[in-house]
Amino acid sequence: MIATMSFHRILPGLLLIMALAAPAAAQQPTSVNPTASSVKEKQLLEALKPNSGDTLSGRVSIPDKRAGDLIQPGGTEFREFHEKTLGRIGIIAIPGMLALLVMFYFIRGRVPIEGGPSGQTIVRFGWMSRFVHWLTATSFLALGLSGLNLVFGKSILLPVIGASAFSWLSQLGKFVHNYVSFAFALGIILMFVMWVKDNLPALRDIRWIAQAGGLLGIGHPPADRFNAGQKLMFWSTIVGGAALSVSGYIMMFRPASLAMSAFQLATVVHGVTGLVLVAIIAAHIYIGSVGMEGAFAAMGKGKVDLNWAKSHHSIWVDKVAKNRPQDISQNTAGGRAPAPAE
Amino acid sequence: MARMKFLCDADRCIECNACVTACKNENDVPWGINRRRVVTINDGKPGERSVSMACMHCSDAPCAAVCPVDCFYTTEDAVVLHSKELCIGCGYCFYACPFGAPQYPKQANFGSRGKMDKCTYCAGGPEADNSKEEYAAYGSNRLSEGKLPLCAEMCSTKALLAGDGQIIAQIYKERVAKRGYGSGAWGWKTAYKEDIAT
Repeated sequence: MIATMSFHRILPGLLLIMALAAPAAAQQPTSVNPTASSVKEKQLLEALKPNSGDTLSGRVSIPDKRAGDLIQPGGTEFREFHEKTLGRIGIIAIPGMLALLVMFYFIRGRVPIEGGPSGQTIVRFGWMSRFVHWLTATSFLALGLSGLNLVFGKSILLPVIGASAFSWLSQLGKFVHNYVSFAFALGIILMFVMWVKDNLPALRDIRWIAQAGGLLGIGHPPADRFNAGQKLMFWSTIVGGAALSVSGYIMMFRPASLAMSAFQLATVVHGVTGLVLVAIIAAHIYIGSVGMEGAFAAMGKGKVDLNWAKSHHSIWVDKVAKNRPQDISQNTAGGRAPAPAE
Repeated sequence: MARMKFLCDADRCIECNACVTACKNENDVPWGINRRRVVTINDGKPGERSVSMACMHCSDAPCAAVCPVDCFYTTEDAVVLHSKELCIGCGYCFYACPFGAPQYPKQANFGSRGKMDKCTYCAGGPEADNSKEEYAAYGSNRLSEGKLPLCAEMCSTKALLAGDGQIIAQIYKERVAKRGYGSGAWGWKTAYKEDIAT
């Protein structure tokens, strides 16, 4: 009774509410079509277009948050670079450089010591310098070869030695590449500390470059401890070595804080820098061995012929003669006697 | 031979993660590796979608293209498999894969990357079918027994479909026709260079 009464009392109110709600209810579609707000792969990929390398990510309930990356279109560009561009860069840089060096050898021949060997030597590099140089050099050779194997081995070595032997070799190469990298990085740091002060650019470097370091036959430009060519070599090694180390350790340790695009970029930087540096070092090896008489002794025995030093590093020789005359040896047996002092 | 594919109907996936669990159990997947995972995008917002994703077994697979030791191969059923004997754990396939399928256990010296592991479409590896060696390295080989991958077989809402690409595309098309809207054949454009016209 009471309920009926109260129903009668609220009935007008209910009717009013229903009347107000009716238009809203009429707007509701009979079947829900979420297409308008649902997420389609194409729409999301299109939304990513300004940064097509970006990753489409969501939430995952497993601890590996990287698994939240659903689709990363950047992989396609990475593949394109890795399989086409990188190989092209390598083919231009390395055989190109070797061809240049062979050509240079046939045109210029071995660059002799100006005035012939004097028989007198001057201390060029101490044991520490030579140790660091050869530490870096041998590790770079190991890294370069194992690195080149990963780029070109598949097309050159694999068909020759077969899949298992090639895999074994590449696995060994990977371990060598990973562990020797620490020696290389250490060498780069030590070289930088040891030689940076003698490799700062100077005004006379412009003249040295203009005269191509004496190669054009218009006289030897003066140079201090390192000439402009060596400075370029030094900075290529430091900058290239630093880029290789940083990008390499990103690839090796793969920090969780970095996005996929960072790893791909690191791989691109590592590959290009590696190939270019191998080409540059090939020129360095050439000029330090067969390309120039007397040059190897600097990193070999640590002492060079005085005449070699005078033509390539005139200012440095003067400084040594003034500050550390004991570094210049007296005439040794077999050498030509120096001109007697007046 | 059939061209095997995966298709996840994102309108049906309820993020129960049964596919993830089934895969781990069936294949004895190493600790820390998920061959399949469920990703929820726009979580808690309108248009939320859950998609179960694993290796899509691409046509012209990017992983195979970038592998420096050529350890990948494609079976007659168009399943992309790899040899753990040959893999050196370099990580390139991880960078190239659009779906984040390749993963590496930390088992080599000094915690460096071990051999890559990914979804095998429950089809094992290069070792003899259903051998002990095959199971240890790659997990179950259901395909050789005429069975489909377990993740799709036990999907409670039948969101995840596995099987001949044409057949599962047809099932999806029928669903779309009936309910009146699609949900996107996730990854198909990227993996197979084709979409399902609905």
